[in-house]
Amino acid sequence: MHKPRMQLLASFDIAYLQYLDERGSPTQVLPDFATADSLCRAYRQMLLARLVDGRAVKLQRTGRLGTYPSSLGQEAIGVGIGSAMQASDVYCPYYRETGALLERGVSIEEIFAIWGGDERGQNFQRAPHDLPICVPIASQILHAAGVAFALQYQNASQPLRVAVTCAGDGATSKGDFYEAINLAGVWKLPLVVIINNNQWAISVSRNAQTAALSLAQKAIAAGIPSLQVDGNDVIAVHWAVNNGIERARRGEGPSLIEAVSYRLSDHTTADDASRYCPQSEREAAEKLEPLGRLKQYLCSQGVWSSDHQIALEEELAQVLERALRHYNHAPKDAPNALFDHLYARLPEAFYDQYDNLLNCSESHS
Amino acid sequence: MSEITLVEAVTQALAFELQADPRMVVFGQDVGANGGVFRATEGLQQRFGRERVLDTPLAENTIAGIAVGMAVQGLHPVGEFQFMGFIYPALDQILSHATRMRNRTRGRLSCPLVYRAPYGGGIHAPEHHSESTEALFAHIPGLRVVVPSSPARAYGLLLAAIRDPDPVIFLEPKRIYRTIKQQVADSGTALPLDHCFVLREGRDVTLIAWGAMLQETLSAAEQLAQEGIEAEVIDPATLKPLDIHSIIDSLEKTGRCVVIHEAARFAGMGAEIAAQIGEFAFDLLKAPVWRVTGYDTVMPYYQLEDFYLPSVTRIVAGVKEALDWDHPRSRG
Ligand SMILES: Cc1ncc(C[n+]2csc(CCOP(=O)(O)OP(=O)(O)O)c2C)c(N)n1
Ligand SMILES: [Mg+2]
Repeated sequence: MHKPRMQLLASFDIAYLQYLDERGSPTQVLPDFATADSLCRAYRQMLLARLVDGRAVKLQRTGRLGTYPSSLGQEAIGVGIGSAMQASDVYCPYYRETGALLERGVSIEEIFAIWGGDERGQNFQRAPHDLPICVPIASQILHAAGVAFALQYQNASQPLRVAVTCAGDGATSKGDFYEAINLAGVWKLPLVVIINNNQWAISVSRNAQTAALSLAQKAIAAGIPSLQVDGNDVIAVHWAVNNGIERARRGEGPSLIEAVSYRLSDHTTADDASRYCPQSEREAAEKLEPLGRLKQYLCSQGVWSSDHQIALEEELAQVLERALRHYNHAPKDAPNALFDHLYARLPEAFYDQYDNLLNCSESHS
Repeated sequence: MSEITLVEAVTQALAFELQADPRMVVFGQDVGANGGVFRATEGLQQRFGRERVLDTPLAENTIAGIAVGMAVQGLHPVGEFQFMGFIYPALDQILSHATRMRNRTRGRLSCPLVYRAPYGGGIHAPEHHSESTEALFAHIPGLRVVVPSSPARAYGLLLAAIRDPDPVIFLEPKRIYRTIKQQVADSGTALPLDHCFVLREGRDVTLIAWGAMLQETLSAAEQLAQEGIEAEVIDPATLKPLDIHSIIDSLEKTGRCVVIHEAARFAGMGAEIAAQIGEFAFDLLKAPVWRVTGYDTVMPYYQLEDFYLPSVTRIVAGVKEALDWDHPRSRG
């Protein structure tokens, strides 16, 4: 049989980054930013995210919150992203983002409001340029490309402000994802795309989503740099996101980061992962989770102890209680809000409907 | 024969046809081991295998587009969209391909396929999980839009949709997925498409509603009956093409009509029904066709959704306006 001779056109590598292994032992010299202070702070933020998620799930179970997607097990991704961004950068989140939202200054009350069925939660008081959380899968990645274009267009001199976005492993199957990284590559946009590979898209496993060995390698087709990081290692995530952001700031264009983690919860409170997720797989993944390993590292360095832990848990419990009081006592949104934010100015053609709504809501209450 | 819910009727119809017709395949997000997020495909993968019941990667355009390719080669694909709110990435395949293939090839190729999707509000779901945009689909030439409103109609109409030689979008009112139970014989008997169902007879006013809104509409009819007003309630079931003749038959008796839908008012199905009544039965009307609908707003997050959705109170008020309406010429 004829076998043609071919030349090698190109070959590619996918790098993998980890600093702390699952026991909290450094696998290499840590980067400069990994000071005791910054790591204690990262630990605090990850624990806060975990407590917020845990409370949100409880609130849902008692009927005080709607369907909720917990980030349990993926706290290092959110905190790694958020801590690498400047306030003036723009974040385009998806919905499994507790850690990153808290880092961006979104309040716990706002997070609860969103999942409690109240649009006012998306009106981030302390993250005025960030986009609201995005439910239609992968659509936010295109917004982020547009944001990146706008940031560059408005001020082409470096350092640039940077657009950052995150999406799930399932999202990498959608056209929006490919379209966004492709365009960002040719237009050299200041964009960093992080994939939270938590191994599941509801019940569809990562391996049923794509035959590709890694999700990071999808960047090769778009001609942009990428790497895979241990998404349960907050140092690795922070380093990678920071590196991507710095490149983008210098005008060197976009990059993709695949953060490998595991969804240690149901997809949302409306899901039952025991229907499709092998118990043994979940148990194995629990051993890799991000908080324990960071705590172990901090303890080994003598900068963390059970006293620190107790004090932090008390502090965060109070933070959470305060937020919950605000959430529980927030006055209900008025029905006319349906129309008030529909257009900049409500066209006259809708006045009848507006009145009808007001009349009906009076008899309703 | 045991009583089953609407979602179980969907499963039963899918299972019947998978058993009966080797050309049929079912696919979508989470339809396999998980049985769909609403369990509409529960047990089907175990029963019929991974070759016929498949999880797709997360991409709606994929679901719509592969259905076209499968159908033109003689399969009967049934694709599930997880929620109506996530169909839109697939509109290109639905609008530009599935519904045009027969016409473009002058009948050489066709798309006997079904797209299923849960739709509608009232279940306190997150954003994008509660809309009713059936009119968007009804606007697409070449598409059939079918909405069941009971377990029996879900079973019979889904079988009809799968056996239909043309593309059908089958919109399942998820608010009543589990609220009504009914005995449904698993006999494989389809119900007719393109055909209204009269759910209640009455002589004073014709109420037209579909899907979950029939619950409020039937309650409103009940309440009106207490006041001596006899409402006829019609479920069009197939929204496109519309069985206007059955509606006109009803108007012969009542002369008054109220259309009720969750969807936004502007260019909604109510507008089409009112226009057709105006065209074909103007002389029967004693009052304009009234509409009780969702507002022309974005579907709100769930805290405000009860204000958005037509309530029994709003329907009764609408009916009374239609009844009280006097022709200007007959006003003294
Ligand atoms: C376009 C679109 N299709 C379907 C859904 C329903 N849905 C919500 S989450 C989800 C899985 C997403 O998986 P992944 O991207 O891995 O993110 P994860 O939830 O695991 O963080 C699906 C299918 C949706 N929100 N948007
Ligand atoms: Mg995932």
